[in-house]
Formats: sequence, C-alpha cells, structure tokens
Amino acid sequence: MTNPRTLYDKIWDAHVVEEQQSGNSLLYIDRHIIHEVTSPQAFEGLRLAGRGLRRVETILAVPDHNVPTTADRETRIDSIESKNQLGALERNAKEFGVDYIPMMDARQGIVHIVGPEQGFTLPGTTIVCGDSHTSTHGAFGALAFGIGTSEVEHVMATQTLILKRSKNLRIDVSGKLGLGVTAKDVALAIIGKIGTAGGTGSVIEFTGSVFRDLSMEGRMTVCNMSIEGGARAGLIAPDQKTYDYIKGRPKAPKGAEFEMAVNYWNSLKSDEGAKYDKEVFIDAADIAPQVTWGTSPEDVLPITGVVPNPADAQDPDKKASIERALAYMGLEPGTRLTDIKVDKVFIGSCTNGRIEDMRAVAEVVRGRKINPSVEGLIVPGSGLVKLQAEQEGLDQVFIDAGFDWREPGCSMCLAMNADKLLPGQRCASTSNRNFEGRQGPKSRTHLVSPAMAAAAAITGRLTDIREL
Amino acid sequence: MDKFTKIRAVAAPLPITNVDTDMIIPQKHLRTIERTGLGKYAFSNIRYNDDGSERDDFVLNKPAYRNAEILIAGENFGCGSSREHAPWALKDFGIKAIIAPSFADIFHGNCFKNGLLPIALPEDIVDEMMKDAEHGANAVFTIDLENLEITRPDGQVVKFEVDSFRQHCLINGLDDIGLTMVKGDKIAAFEAKQKAQQPWLYSQR
Repeated sequence: MTNPRTLYDKIWDAHVVEEQQSGNSLLYIDRHIIHEVTSPQAFEGLRLAGRGLRRVETILAVPDHNVPTTADRETRIDSIESKNQLGALERNAKEFGVDYIPMMDARQGIVHIVGPEQGFTLPGTTIVCGDSHTSTHGAFGALAFGIGTSEVEHVMATQTLILKRSKNLRIDVSGKLGLGVTAKDVALAIIGKIGTAGGTGSVIEFTGSVFRDLSMEGRMTVCNMSIEGGARAGLIAPDQKTYDYIKGRPKAPKGAEFEMAVNYWNSLKSDEGAKYDKEVFIDAADIAPQVTWGTSPEDVLPITGVVPNPADAQDPDKKASIERALAYMGLEPGTRLTDIKVDKVFIGSCTNGRIEDMRAVAEVVRGRKINPSVEGLIVPGSGLVKLQAEQEGLDQVFIDAGFDWREPGCSMCLAMNADKLLPGQRCASTSNRNFEGRQGPKSRTHLVSPAMAAAAAITGRLTDIREL
Repeated sequence: MDKFTKIRAVAAPLPITNVDTDMIIPQKHLRTIERTGLGKYAFSNIRYNDDGSERDDFVLNKPAYRNAEILIAGENFGCGSSREHAPWALKDFGIKAIIAPSFADIFHGNCFKNGLLPIALPEDIVDEMMKDAEHGANAVFTIDLENLEITRPDGQVVKFEVDSFRQHCLINGLDDIGLTMVKGDKIAAFEAKQKAQQPWLYSQR
C-alpha cells in the first residue's frame, strides 16, 4: 500500500531513472520541442563534443520566435540575424534527422500551440523545450517545463535531466465564473494573489470546477501562465475532454494503443488524501476581468480598479517597485484603469493565439470598427488556427473591423521579429509578460484577455468587457 | 566549464526586485547562434542611452563598479524566460556570482551550467550586503565556494548553502552531460521498461 500521491508525484516517480546521493534525480524526458532561438548553441555543443541525439524521434522542431508574420515572409525577413537563426534550425534539423515543420508549412506556428495540435503532447509524459512557456502543455496532465540551452543539449544527448523534485502547490478555483470572465482572467487573478515568485520551487496543480469546465484551449491558457506565478510547471489532470482533443491527431496513439493509453491516463489524478505543500483556494465569483497596470504580471487589478499609489505600500521594496513601474508606464496614481488610452492592440501568443481566442475576439468586434486612434494586430498561433479561423469567416470579421490579420508566430509577444511597439506606445495585449521593453524598447504593455483586448480596440482605451 | 573555487571582488548593488530576463538581456540580442560575446548587451536597456552612450545612473557604468564580479539584487532575480543568454551575458560581462533573497528556478539552474554562482540568503542579510555594496570600490567581498562562506568588507563571515552536486560541478568545472553519458546503461534499462508499459511513446513519429 503506497501513500496517496499527487498527480505531480505520479508523473515524477514514473520518470526517475536514478536517485542521486545529492538529492537530485536523473529524470527521463519523453518529448522535446525545439525552436530557432535556444537550440543552435545546443547543436553546436553536440558537434564540438562529437555527440549525437539519443532518440531523434522524440524531438519536434518548429521556427516561431522571430519568423515574420507578414504575407511576404518567405522572401522578406527583417534581419540577417533572424535569417541566420532560422537557417541554423533548418540545417541542424536536416543534419541530425529531426522532424522539422518549416516556416511555410501549414502546420507551422508557436511551438506550444503546434505540439498539442499535432498530438505530440500527451498526458503523463515529460515534455521540455528551451522556452519558459512550455508549462502550457501541463493542460494535458503532462509534466512540461522550460529549460536553458545547456539542458536542451543535455536532453538531446541523454534523454534525461538532473533535477530536484519540486514542491506541490495546489490552486483550487471553484464555483462559476461571471459573465466576461475568461481563462486569462483566472490566470492573472491567480498571479495577483500568489505573486510572481509565489510558485518558485513548486509545480502547480490546478483543481476545482472552473478548470474542469474550461475547454482544452482555456486550460492551456492557465497552465501557460504558471511560469508567471514563478512555477516551472502547471498541471491539470486529464479527463474525457483531454482524450477527445487528442484522438485522431497526427502523432497521437492509434487504435488499440490509444485505448491502452487512455487506460493509463485515467490513473493520472491526485489520490484522495494526497498531501500538498501549500494550497490556495479562490472563489470563481470573486474574479472580475483583469488588467495589468505595471511591469510585472503580479501588477494586476480588476478592470474596475484604479492605478495604485506607492504611498500606500507598507514594504519599502514594494513602494520602490511601484514607483519604478508607474514612471516606466507613464501612469499617475488614482487614474481609473478604464481611462487609460491605448495605441495598439495585440491579439495572439502561446497564451491566447488559439481558435477559441480568435472566436472570442470575433464575437466582440463583429459589425464594429476599431477606434481610429488604435492599430490592431491579430496573429494566429499556428497555420492550422489561421486556416480554421478563415474557414469560419473570422478573418473577414477582423479585416472588416480594421484589424491587420497576419501569419502565425510569436510576434509582438516578445518583439523579436519586426512586430513591435514604438518607444512610449501603449498596448492592450493578450500575451503573457509586461516586463520593461518586452514589446520593444520603452514599450508599455497591459495584459488582458482576448475579449478585453478586442473591447479596448473598439473604444481606444482599457474597457470593461461587461459594459461594452 | 570554468572552475569556481574562490573569488575576491567588488560587489555592485542592484536594488531592484523581480529583475527579469528581458532586463538582463533584451530580446533583440537573442538572435545569435553563439554563446559568447553577449557581455556588451547585458542590461542594455537600462545601461545605454538611445544614442548608444552609457547612462551615468546605471551602477555598472560607475567607475567603482566597472570591474564588479558580484551583483547584489532584490528578490526573484532572473524571473521570466528560460533564455540562457541571460547568464551568458552576465558571465561575459565579468559577473561571477549573484547574491539575492531568491532566484527564479530556470535562471538559477542555468547559472550553474555556466560557472556562475547564484547565492540565496535571507532578505535582512541581503539588505545589509546591499548597504556594504554601496561603498564603491571598497565593497570587496570574498566568496569561498569550497567552504560555503562569504566574507563581507568588514570581515564578517556569512555562511551560505548550495546543492552539493552543483557545488561539486562548479568547483571542478564539470560538464553535466559527460557525467550523465556514463549512465547510458541505466537509461537504456529505463527505456526498455517504459517501452513495455507504454508502447505508444515509442511508436509515435
């Protein structure tokens, strides 16, 4: 009789190759996704050491971070460095025999959207990628986390990582979400509550009726932002919704193997009485549509709030951080959030670049025009999302409203390609980080849900979606 | 990897909480296929003016701190992305150790792969060290990784903790991959067992 275990404990235990004296474990890695920015140095390291890939079939390569999103992207890449990086991914994939989805392939997109779409992301697996938003895949009950380039190389050569077991943090959100409140608002509200270091050293398991009720897309949005709460990974136990999403996808198990897999996946839930190191309970009814006002995702408030006053902060570090954020953001204490005007609206990213997000935006902007003072950019998370949106006629809704409808990529989430804000410009963005300079030097970012971003595009200011 | 045993160097104060990886190295400098040469871009958004000249108000531009090898910073240092370019840039600039109340997980792990030592200490001690570090060129600290001791400018000794495996690798400049490759048989045995139990993980391509 074993002790009751959490979902995290179960996945961890199933992947331990060896417990080491130092308290670290050698953990087996099942799946590895790579992109152009954090992989070239790893391939170079392998070459220099004369090492190969241990299991080439576990790797999927997709360019996403600095691909252009314009229609002429095949022939026009804005910088020579980007071109070199994209070229290196293609060369490395060919040289080492890695499954590679090129930029002009219909399946190309942001790695964390492509993995699930291709059935590469499976419950109970360990998944890594040289990108912190790998936590997205936790929506399938996979232990998925971001790693640095040295670890990318380590996984390539050995199919393992040397890791210390994390703590178990349970975040339960139960009850019914109010009108206009989405998965993104839940994620932001959680970060507001626990802080950006609240999950440090932990893996979060999201439990409660709100997550059960969310679609797979919504679950991915929540797990995606686990890293913004400091946790390396987020997990949601798989259920019928998960299996239905996976079934029939190109890389998903087929036939009898699928049935066998589901049988195993059904065991992937925390046992009754399993112990968590920390538990946080949130009532869904307390969550309003959220918006960030500062330069950290924890600088978040309900849209009905006002810009905070540093004078009200008790802790001197907190006071200094609010002052710094307000100076950077060009905001005055006491300003109503709904009075803040925006110059741009960005809809996309691995947080909110899926079909459900496109539909949510279309619902708000259908038959409306975006404010003349605002530029709106919609970047689907993958070519398949783009195709689906176009089949549903959403592209025309966006174009009619005045949005720029683009090709898939990370785009203005991190501004590594040509899509960026000008210095001082303010953006309502569905992405995941509002750090200083995130969307371009001196850019000012307000993180919101897709529906809230769409509403801001219409009115030209941050807007409570419930009042539009 | 460079060995890290003991350093004696000036520490620079960076009293900012949640120093994120975009601050340590902005995204526009990630478009490289090399690990080297990133020191000139470390903290570039707060280190340089728009015309490329140095900002006088940035600590590492001040004469006393130009050769600092230690950074003292606020909590949750290195939060944000997984980019190893962050420790690469700090290391290439000349930083060898960072002292803060806490570090983000991925950054923390990345440091050790690059001979850079992150040291987490209680906030009140970091606050005191921050004050020490404000004494310019006199802010000389000694960090002894073998004995897990920091000697402050006034001679006071503070103990710290580091994962014993990471300590061993840093002191000896060991490459993790080489150490793990030796365990190839154990990994193969794990794979054989997993393949029998979860064959679908081996038939996918």
